[in-house]
Amino acid sequence: MILKNLKNLFRRPGRSSVVAVPYIWLLVLFLIPFVIVLKISFAEQETAIPPFTSLTSFDEDLGRLNIVISYRNYAEIFQNFWSTLGEMFNPFGGHGDNIYLQAYWLSIKTALTTTIICLLVGYPTAYAISRAHPSVRNGLLLAIMLPFWTSFLLRVYAWMGLLSTNGIVNNFLMKYGIIDAPLDLFYNTFSLNLVMVYAYLPFMILPLYTQLVKLDNRLLEAASDLGAGPIKSFFTITLPLSKTGIIAGSMLVFVPAVGEYVIPELVGGTDSQMIGKVLWQTFFDRNDWPLASAVAVTMVALLVIPIVLFQHYENREIEEGSK
Amino acid sequence: MQKTKLSWFLKLMLLLSLAFLYIPLAVLVIYSFNASKLVTVWGGFSTKWYGELLQNDTILEAAWLSLRIALVSSLAAVILGTLAGYAMARIKRFKGSTLFAGMISAPMVMPDVITGLSMLLLIIQVQMFLQNSEWLQALYFNRGFFTIFLGHTTLCMAYITVVIRSRLVELDQSLEEAAMDLGARPLKIFFVITLPLIAPAIASGFLLGITLSLDDLVITSFLSGPGSSTLPQVIFSKIKLGLDPQMNVLATILIGFIGTLVIVVNYWMMRQATKREREAAEAYRQEKLAESA
Repeated sequence: MILKNLKNLFRRPGRSSVVAVPYIWLLVLFLIPFVIVLKISFAEQETAIPPFTSLTSFDEDLGRLNIVISYRNYAEIFQNFWSTLGEMFNPFGGHGDNIYLQAYWLSIKTALTTTIICLLVGYPTAYAISRAHPSVRNGLLLAIMLPFWTSFLLRVYAWMGLLSTNGIVNNFLMKYGIIDAPLDLFYNTFSLNLVMVYAYLPFMILPLYTQLVKLDNRLLEAASDLGAGPIKSFFTITLPLSKTGIIAGSMLVFVPAVGEYVIPELVGGTDSQMIGKVLWQTFFDRNDWPLASAVAVTMVALLVIPIVLFQHYENREIEEGSK
Repeated sequence: MQKTKLSWFLKLMLLLSLAFLYIPLAVLVIYSFNASKLVTVWGGFSTKWYGELLQNDTILEAAWLSLRIALVSSLAAVILGTLAGYAMARIKRFKGSTLFAGMISAPMVMPDVITGLSMLLLIIQVQMFLQNSEWLQALYFNRGFFTIFLGHTTLCMAYITVVIRSRLVELDQSLEEAAMDLGARPLKIFFVITLPLIAPAIASGFLLGITLSLDDLVITSFLSGPGSSTLPQVIFSKIKLGLDPQMNVLATILIGFIGTLVIVVNYWMMRQATKREREAAEAYRQEKLAESA
């Protein structure tokens, strides 16, 4: 089907090359790689270069093609799935022994927490900027975006200096006698969530702002004339009209946050095995490329709905901009 | 009145957000002038860590490599992103446009580990193919500058396309249509009319591409080979071991450099916008004068 589409593209030269060049680039470097990941996820680990078995082999004597598909990687990811799930929701504790399920669960939990806090902090901020005087609006937006332009790793590093046991915050509080013993701020869920929110906040504010700045003030005035209080007009006018921005912003935070590797590695506790880190370790430390591929395929399957949702609202937002 | 109460709350939230975003950066900058070897204990003012950083060859080499990759891949991403943005804003419906739109926006949300892994596996497949082919064996290529370039270009292209596409959608198409009526060829219309109008978007897209490329650790780690470490890779391996005063210095230099660049570009873009508005107002005035005459 893709081939047929490409053939159609080439029928009108000039104009069609505008589409064809980026199209082919993305097909080769974005879509085909996923097909290869899917393929390798059905292979098995092998001590060779590259370290996985080939799915196909040609038997010259019999003149036939053998295809070997292994589901062992998926079996490993889903082993003891239900019993682990049961254990995890057991009120009397217990973790179960499926590390993948635990990692997926922790990733979703962390990504959800990050998204909700980013929304709660980002919405009023974006709203404040969009209602600010037009002459300061650009400056404020630039101020929000400026940290985003500076190195992500060094911004995470800044929090390491602030939060660690003998870090700046603890030093400061102890010096002025506010606390006696250092607070436990680092290498735990608190530091993980805090730095995640810090890193992803601009991704929430920007789409919210672009949506809120288009909001017609006359609608709010009309609501107020008709006797609606600020809270009521917020929930009946502002919030529904900014739905596109809320969804685009939430997806821009949630989906990458699920696969985050760097932040849990640098500021998370030893128990913060998020799925991105599991994939990384499976690939680089265990050198099990097929299993890493299977983890990736499962992750994509999990994220398909949010990604499609994001794309839908992203396109709508841009199309609305033309009106 | 209720309205002032709301704006008081909003002002506070804005202030808190800005404080949250800037306090860690301010602390980094202040402690880069710390004389003490202990990163978190203030030991007086000194610039000695600046001297040390400027003699650190590993960091300087990595920075140079990162800068080269960032420039080349942003340039490629701007070209691809402009084509893709133009296709989506002006041609809109073509065969496979849904798939195209999906592939454009997906790299923005896709977790880095997945993008990196999948691109690496593609490269391995190509390497295997080249090795097994009798004629193409000589073409065997290693992971390094080129493979990182491919990954960064694909990532940056997604963001740049969105920037350029939204600028094109906002743009008044009547100028392009007028040129077409006067008999200009599509290519000429693009270079004489469309390109100057979207130049600010291209500039900010280019800048965004440079930042994304300079920042990327995960995709790079999958795509880089031995002997090609980018700046984020060096920073990551250093800060994983603990706090390092040289990193504060590096952060301060980067904040200063990129901050200045972003502010200058933004200032230039705002001036362009006001200039355009003034020209439009002037043209309108002239027209009114001609009408009344």
